[in-house]
Amino acid sequence: MKRLGAWAFFTFAVPVVLIIAWTIASETSDTIYFPSPIAILAVFPDTWFSGAISGDIFPSLSRLAAGFGLALIAGVGVGTLVGMLKPLRLLLEPIFELFRAVPPPVLVPIIMLVAGIGDGMKIAVIAFGCVWPILINTVAGVRGIDEVQLDTAASYRFSGRLRFVSVILPAATPQIVAGARQSLAIGIIMMVISEMFAATNGLGFNIIQFQRLFLIPEMWSGIILLGLLGVGLNAVFKIIENRLLTWHVGLHAAEK
Amino acid sequence: MNQTHDDGILKVRGLRKVYGEGSKAVEAIGHLEFTIRAGEFVCIVGPSGAGKTTFLRCLSGLLKPTEGTVILEGREVTEPPADMAVVLQEYSRSLYPWMTVAANIELPLKAVGLTKTKRKKRVTEALHSVGLSDSGKSYPWQLSGGMQQRVAIARAIAYRPRVLVMDEPFAAVDAQTRADLEDLIRNLRSELGITVLFVTHDIDESVYLGERVLILSSAPTCVLKEVKTNLPAERSQLITRALPEFASLRTEVYETIQYAKGVNYYTAQPQPENENRDEGRDKVAT
Repeated sequence: MKRLGAWAFFTFAVPVVLIIAWTIASETSDTIYFPSPIAILAVFPDTWFSGAISGDIFPSLSRLAAGFGLALIAGVGVGTLVGMLKPLRLLLEPIFELFRAVPPPVLVPIIMLVAGIGDGMKIAVIAFGCVWPILINTVAGVRGIDEVQLDTAASYRFSGRLRFVSVILPAATPQIVAGARQSLAIGIIMMVISEMFAATNGLGFNIIQFQRLFLIPEMWSGIILLGLLGVGLNAVFKIIENRLLTWHVGLHAAEK
Repeated sequence: MNQTHDDGILKVRGLRKVYGEGSKAVEAIGHLEFTIRAGEFVCIVGPSGAGKTTFLRCLSGLLKPTEGTVILEGREVTEPPADMAVVLQEYSRSLYPWMTVAANIELPLKAVGLTKTKRKKRVTEALHSVGLSDSGKSYPWQLSGGMQQRVAIARAIAYRPRVLVMDEPFAAVDAQTRADLEDLIRNLRSELGITVLFVTHDIDESVYLGERVLILSSAPTCVLKEVKTNLPAERSQLITRALPEFASLRTEVYETIQYAKGVNYYTAQPQPENENRDEGRDKVAT
């Protein structure tokens, strides 16, 4: 009980102070651009809980899931090949570094030209932003596999499939997960940006609409909702990570 | 008994391995030539840096020799052979930390294509043989070093190889565990009737375990001397090690290793009782 109290204090103390400060600051000022949390909270249910869940939040999240999923499949697939084959790695690594260095949002106009303004464009934008950290981390993970582990697989004559599923993939998982974590953050950014350019629904689209219609508290409520979604997605990611990497955590604890 | 290959289950013929080319070339193995009969327990000792690891990689089909061949049951080894299992010194690296002990033992059996029922049965038997019946659900890193090496041994015997190759398997465990594991491997050998090739740097261990001890020279390696132990088949840590023959064998191996530290394939002088060294020597020597 005492521990729970301490946890609650350390987790919520700063947010509560910030919210109080924000409330006082906005209630005592005349500007309409920074409404008080009370005003935002008042519009929140009507803005997001009446139809917006299926009309905006769900489309946004499905596009994020599709783009992130594609990036994961492509990144791990190509990354494993490149990590295993040295000539391929020497050929492609400079290009990967270049692509990764390009800020993903600038690709939205180009992808719009090629893929139009539908869901395909948004998914492509998200996937393109997400793929590089996963790809580069997979290459590093596969390259870093202990040779003794590979020799063991070879001396017991594992087939290519068994070697991939039971040795290479699990051995590279800690690095792949690290890459996926970076990609998830990029994916959320790309999700919003793609909707701000050209869309008829979605979170990014709505935030821009509210801004244009001067619905300032509604706009802020969208920003807060995005923050909460980010926290939620991270929590889900953490749960999956813990399941996948129980062995990794245990191994390192045992080595200490 | 295998009629067609009774002259030897494992034959090493004129094996030579040179890394690199030209002026940067490093010759690890000069000339190795020996035969192991089915069911034999042969130990290989040599000074550190004798090219033992290179030799084992050639033997297990992981590395292509520059010259010569390894013949297992009448077939030349060009890739890892199906009838051989290898146990390495680095148990913590050869066991997969993301799998339970049972899954680690089961994986090579999946590669062979055994049904699930058969796999489970073999895993249970192998765990029982090495005294780890209760540890199947643990992860390797939850076990002590000696127990992890038992898992690696269980994995090898569940695979049912005809030849078991062990590369300094007990070098990283404490002395008490080591004695237990030595007796375990002797017992498993007689229970299963497999052939064991055991590489070690420990002289006492080689004499205690082996029926023959092959002593290697420094790199470029050759077999400097072969010592037949002729100790009773039933070995015991207390009795066998106290025998006068044990002491004299130990001295013989020790002296040869001291000599081996300074010589290689090209500079070694013939040793008494040496049976295997001279073949092919003139051909390669410069």
